[in-house]
Amino acid sequence: MILLGQILEVLISGLLSGVLYSLVALGFVLIYKASGVFNFAQGAMVLLAGLALVRSLDFVAAQGFPMWTAIILGLTFAAAVMTLSAYVIERFVLGPLVNQDGLTLFMSTIGVTFVLEGLAQMVFGAEIYPLKLFPTDAWFLAESIFPGGILLNKLDVWGGLIAGVLVAGLAVFFQRTKTGRALRAVADDHSAAQSVGIPISWIWFVVWLVAGLVALVAATVWGTKLGVQFSITFLALKALPVLIIGGFTSVPGAIIGGLIIGAGEKLAEVYLGPFMGGGIEYWFGYVLALVVLMFRPQGLFGERIIERV
Amino acid sequence: MLYREAGQFKTSYAADMAVFPIRQDRIALWLLLAFVFIGIPLLANFQIWPFGSEYLLRAILVPFLILSLAAIGLNILTGYCGQLSLGSGAFMAIGAYCAYKFGTGVNIPLFGLALSIPPLPVLPSILLGGLMAAIGGILFGIPSLRIKGLYLAVATLAAQFFFDWVFARVQWFTNYTSSGSVNAPQLEFFGLFVNTPIERYMLCLIFVVVFAMLAKNLVRGNLGRQWMAIRDMDIAAELIGIRPLYAKLMAFAISSFIIGVAGALWAFVYLGSWEPLAFSIDRSFQLLFMVIIGGLGSILGSFLGAAFILVLPILLDQVPHALGIPVSVETVSLLVFIVTGALICWLLIVEPHGFARLWATAKEKLRLWPYPY
Repeated sequence: MILLGQILEVLISGLLSGVLYSLVALGFVLIYKASGVFNFAQGAMVLLAGLALVRSLDFVAAQGFPMWTAIILGLTFAAAVMTLSAYVIERFVLGPLVNQDGLTLFMSTIGVTFVLEGLAQMVFGAEIYPLKLFPTDAWFLAESIFPGGILLNKLDVWGGLIAGVLVAGLAVFFQRTKTGRALRAVADDHSAAQSVGIPISWIWFVVWLVAGLVALVAATVWGTKLGVQFSITFLALKALPVLIIGGFTSVPGAIIGGLIIGAGEKLAEVYLGPFMGGGIEYWFGYVLALVVLMFRPQGLFGERIIERV
Repeated sequence: MLYREAGQFKTSYAADMAVFPIRQDRIALWLLLAFVFIGIPLLANFQIWPFGSEYLLRAILVPFLILSLAAIGLNILTGYCGQLSLGSGAFMAIGAYCAYKFGTGVNIPLFGLALSIPPLPVLPSILLGGLMAAIGGILFGIPSLRIKGLYLAVATLAAQFFFDWVFARVQWFTNYTSSGSVNAPQLEFFGLFVNTPIERYMLCLIFVVVFAMLAKNLVRGNLGRQWMAIRDMDIAAELIGIRPLYAKLMAFAISSFIIGVAGALWAFVYLGSWEPLAFSIDRSFQLLFMVIIGGLGSILGSFLGAAFILVLPILLDQVPHALGIPVSVETVSLLVFIVTGALICWLLIVEPHGFARLWATAKEKLRLWPYPY
């Protein structure tokens, strides 16, 4: 019973932390779906959103406003920053690069990453800023069944809830709104969408804006978990295996990929790690993703890759 | 007027297929080689500006040469064979650590039987380090038979993170040093000791020239054409009878070999003592930038890209100081970040094919100068 309880605890915490990776991976998927750009800057966008949020929140709170006002003002300010950055990126980097191949676009987003990281730290400061938006204490569940119960971090549960709401919201946005329909059209075929009168630069701006807002949501959760700091940008690297397991083009894939990676990583670390010297969390997700790719080259939920000569 | 091939008639196939078919190019190349092999050591010897300063040799020319070599390796894989790789830092690390192991003696305890190799001289250790990197490259290249493009790029990150972990955690590779950092053995080649910056520079130069010539001839030959066919469209290449297994894995092996040798040089000649951090993912991205900014599918581009990416931060570092603007060190490093990123974006927008294309355009223009039509 103790062993079962332990496995369950590891599994649940793994699944929930996997959802947190999915929050970052979602931003990647949105941009890839709509523009075919592999956006390496997603991690830097999380950093920018987090810094903008925490600094403005601290500033407003220091003026003596109540906490709720401060949070709302902070979120508004961070959203405005993300809007501005979406506009600038679309207007000055991706707009001029229309019709280049995927590799060039990918490299340009790495350039954008450098600029965003540098600017964000220069304007908002380069230290560790604690953020307290969600409770971080733990619950103990099912104490009557398992001795000691199952430890559950409240923050992880919040993260899971937020990811669920986010995915539902995105699904409604993509399926039910006019802009969402235009987005799907652009994702299908750029030039066909353009020829029926869909303004492509406006659509790309919207996509980057949505990805920026997703980054803001990810920043609230991750900022509470780790504190807003530079190392948050490495989340982009953690989200990549999630992305390729789920497939670049699938929103539900990002969530399921996150669950698989999160659970696999934690189970491997706890039950395989001691035999291999520990720290295998660091690469396990990637090797897992590699194995999945060997069998399904487009990821679990990606669109089938059809090639013609 | 000066750069025109009028009157240069080719009378044999060999002349027609030469690497540099134009006489002016050949002369320029010989002049360049004479300058880097004889001129720079002489200038350095007589302390003539700017080669008199050790800083230039030690902190700019040596890393430039080694990173150019690594960029050539990556260019073979990404530029010629079209397989995007983000794991080059890992292959540099394999080269460095395996060369270190061969240089200090390998001892593998295996079921009671101890397989041991005595410490080897430096040159064979470096080459064996490259060979080990080639084996690693083949292993992590196998997925490329199924996966393409950006999916492959992410898959190669597996190699990067796996080997980061291996060299940080498996103490056998570092000979159980407590700090995890290792020191390169004394650099001795056939009885000659390599110590001063100018000697280190000459050593790297010889490696780079030999490998650049090998690479240039390789990509013009049978194998290089197979790679380019696969890069342009792999299904079509398969249909005309190119074996993707052989061609792709050869590209991974040769590219990783060169990158591994560059890694061993980086550790032995440039760093001297190093930690796993020296070959982190940042190195992989740096190499990829060099290849893309320099020009995919161009040996010359590898050099140009390496020069740009390496020298740019150094120059930017000096600018505020030279202008006399007082800024803190931290701000400068952030500024370097911003400017580098912005310049990369700008370069990709104005010339997505890199410096190699600019060079080709300039040569075309020069041929018609001063009477363009």
